[in-house]
Amino acid sequence: MRQFPAQEHCSGPRPAPPGLSADHPLIEIDHVTFGYDVTRTILNDVSLSFPRGKVTAILGGSGSGKTTLLRLIGGVFRVNRGRVVFDGEVVDTRDKVQLYRLRRRLGMLFQFGALFTDLTVFENVAFPLREHTDLPESMIRDIVLMKLNAVGLRGAAPLRIAQVSGGMSRRIALARAIALDPELIMYDEPFAGLDPISMGVTANLIRKLNDTTGATSLMVSHDVQECFSICDYAYLMSLGGRVVAHGKPADLQASEDPEVRQFIRGEPDGPVRFHYPAVPLAQDLGVTP
Amino acid sequence: MGKKSIETLVGLFVLLGMLGFVFLALKSANLGSISGSDTYTLVARFDNVGGLKPRAPVRSAGVNVGRVTAITLDGKTFQGVVSLDIDRRFQFPKDSAAKILTSGLLGDQYVGIEPGGDEKNLAAGDNIAQTQSAVVLENLIGQFLTGKAGDAADQPASAAPAASAAAEKK
Amino acid sequence: MIALLAALGRFALGILRSLGHAAFFFADLLRFAPAALRRFSLVVAQVHAIGNRSLVIILASGLAVGFVLALQMYYALVVYGAAESLGLIVNLALVRELGPVVTALLFAGRAGTSLTAEIGLMKAGEQLAAMEMMAIDPRSRVLAPRFLGGIVSMPILAVLFSAIGILGAYVVAVLLIGVDAGNFWSIMQARVDVWRDVGNGIVKSAVFGVICTFVALYQGYETQATPEGVAYATTRTVVIASLGVLSMDFVLTALMFSTG
Repeated sequence: MRQFPAQEHCSGPRPAPPGLSADHPLIEIDHVTFGYDVTRTILNDVSLSFPRGKVTAILGGSGSGKTTLLRLIGGVFRVNRGRVVFDGEVVDTRDKVQLYRLRRRLGMLFQFGALFTDLTVFENVAFPLREHTDLPESMIRDIVLMKLNAVGLRGAAPLRIAQVSGGMSRRIALARAIALDPELIMYDEPFAGLDPISMGVTANLIRKLNDTTGATSLMVSHDVQECFSICDYAYLMSLGGRVVAHGKPADLQASEDPEVRQFIRGEPDGPVRFHYPAVPLAQDLGVTP
Repeated sequence: MGKKSIETLVGLFVLLGMLGFVFLALKSANLGSISGSDTYTLVARFDNVGGLKPRAPVRSAGVNVGRVTAITLDGKTFQGVVSLDIDRRFQFPKDSAAKILTSGLLGDQYVGIEPGGDEKNLAAGDNIAQTQSAVVLENLIGQFLTGKAGDAADQPASAAPAASAAAEKK
Repeated sequence: MIALLAALGRFALGILRSLGHAAFFFADLLRFAPAALRRFSLVVAQVHAIGNRSLVIILASGLAVGFVLALQMYYALVVYGAAESLGLIVNLALVRELGPVVTALLFAGRAGTSLTAEIGLMKAGEQLAAMEMMAIDPRSRVLAPRFLGGIVSMPILAVLFSAIGILGAYVVAVLLIGVDAGNFWSIMQARVDVWRDVGNGIVKSAVFGVICTFVALYQGYETQATPEGVAYATTRTVVIASLGVLSMDFVLTALMFSTG
């Protein structure tokens, strides 16, 4: 695992709330089945748990339901079966007050940033502060600049979103996600489409933020290398919404399971077939024997 | 764009809108004329109100002095009862006459007040005694024809073809 | 045969369902409008984006319509020796009908499509989802201010259209053709009623504002998050809003101007 130089951000790990032991998982996915409609089941009786204060990765190919999991934790959709438990509370999507309360404790980094294009960088990061708190502008300014400093973009504060590069916009979105110091930070494909330097910067930030704030981090990705370099635990999901394997990165890398090996080593053919199902080539070309 | 400049521009926009409305109301419409507050009501009864409509003007010597507010039918006398709102600045003698006239040849109808000579003036709620109903075109044609027929009765030989020709034309 | 009927039935049910969906959306807009009023700066920013930015085209169109109306009506009236009533005719045509309706059609094209595209692209860029995850309802933060902005802007734009149209007609009628200026204004003033004509015109434009803004926001919110989806949605905004305006115009005119 990488070692990163210590940098100032916050005081230290957050104490666990009373009544729950420090190693009680922050999020529990309990036998959840979910599909957007009756024809497609995205998640099939999956159970995961995300330990407090740790970085957990959810790996898998496209269509394995990773991003859907994040949406379910955020209460955007309702599970068909099973429950999603956030810090001991079952997430009920019909209870808007509870949803509001829970969402204030989490920060989400969307795949392409999802920054508000009509606002400046500063205003984007200040947005959650202005909406949810009554802090005076001077204090908001200080907090925003500190958050931007944590991601290394304090100098970019006055820029418009159109002037900002892809890697920078992810970092700004991260600063916005942590503006209210959330207990849970969710990352949706944080490494997708980045150059090696930006990937390194992002991985650095994810790990550093987790350690200095004591937050719980959840990463959804298919970049095995970067994830394993920073995560404490990982789940591997496959098409059809099943959890194929889970464990510490070292354990997964040593696994003998063919599905796990194919994904981790990036082998083109294995349990996940290379060829889309089709009739034999000879038949298609009309040279049947 | 700064917040202050946006607010200024929007304020300008709303101001332009209000000015536009004021222009439409005052310069192009009739808001500047008779207002409802300083008026008193007079009543006039007509045998036939013709095409008179509510909000038609009331004029005296061609000058606007008020408006028609309501037109109803008196169930007992079967006369048209017209209520007029007259500007308080104008007082008319008790024996004034109210006529229903037409502006221009084919224009809208209005109520014309011809002043009489009485020393006492009409008070609020008073009835205008002398009235002249609207001219109804059909009655006019009928009068013309019977007038022609009357002439024909005096001179039966020459007028009979003229009367029948007039009847055919009708 | 059965298949055709089944398809027709599905189509009809689909239309009913989308009508119901649209009705719920409208109810949501109304529900969040008071909250948006409290965040007045948001509404002001939207009035700027929707109203101020439409000023140029509205004023230019109003002027042009005023010119043409004066010219055409003159040709028609002069035959009956009624050219002096030109001001009156132009005023009534503008204030009662052309002002509200043409402004609404231009509004649907300019402001309506820009609203649809903006909301559609915000949805495509996951900005609305991000707001939801931050426990901020995008309907009250993004949609309701735009709804109020549209309703405030439309009557103002319609009034300005009519006003500048009348001025344009004055220029053509009096300065170019030679109609008597005094008669132009006095005949107009004698016969145009503030409450009946100007007032009803403003009521019409407010109703049209509601229609255009609602359709624009709904199409943007429901669009598919692709370039084709956004293009399709903006087209639908213009078509549906224009048809809605024209049909409501008929209904409102019948209601307002039928009684003697």
